[in-house]
Amino acid sequence: MSEKTLTRMDLSEAVFREVGLSRNESAQLVESVLNHMSDALVRGESVKISSFGTFGVRDKAARIGRNPKTGQEVPIHPRRVLTFRPSHLMKDRVAAGNKR
Amino acid sequence: MIRSELVQKIADENPHLYQRDVERIVNTIFEEIINAMADGNRVELRGFGAFSVKKRDARIGRNPRTGESVKVEEKHVPFFKTGKLLRDRLNGK
Repeated sequence: MSEKTLTRMDLSEAVFREVGLSRNESAQLVESVLNHMSDALVRGESVKISSFGTFGVRDKAARIGRNPKTGQEVPIHPRRVLTFRPSHLMKDRVAAGNKR
Repeated sequence: MIRSELVQKIADENPHLYQRDVERIVNTIFEEIINAMADGNRVELRGFGAFSVKKRDARIGRNPRTGESVKVEEKHVPFFKTGKLLRDRLNGK
């Protein structure tokens, strides 16, 4: 199986085919969806999309890291990271689709 | 935020669209991402993040209750990596 990379363009093309809006408007709608999801996450909200998955924000404490090349210690500041937990449906479909 | 709230926000911004079309649009986007990964493809959404498929090798697992060894077959799992822009925004940059 040769791996392809889909982009925003492919998603807006799918919206264009499904709903029959202009390509331009389809692209804008894809962008709006991503923007609303990002904004909610930046506010610290989780984003739960049923049968897709849940995006959440977690706080990471400060720690001492190490540059693996030089061995030098560097402080890692406290930060917020995004986590994604796929739904069972997504896991099942990805597992089934990639089975040899 | 849940799916229906996301649909509502998009519907509010696009009063010329029927609510049910907005639902179809939102569903199509998520459906397309799952389809791509089920086909073994990646979906790269610059600034937001990338969805990809990772292979987990077959391994010998253990039933934690009985301690019994069980074969776990090779499988593929969905994976999401946060985009740089969103990661920076989460940290107020």
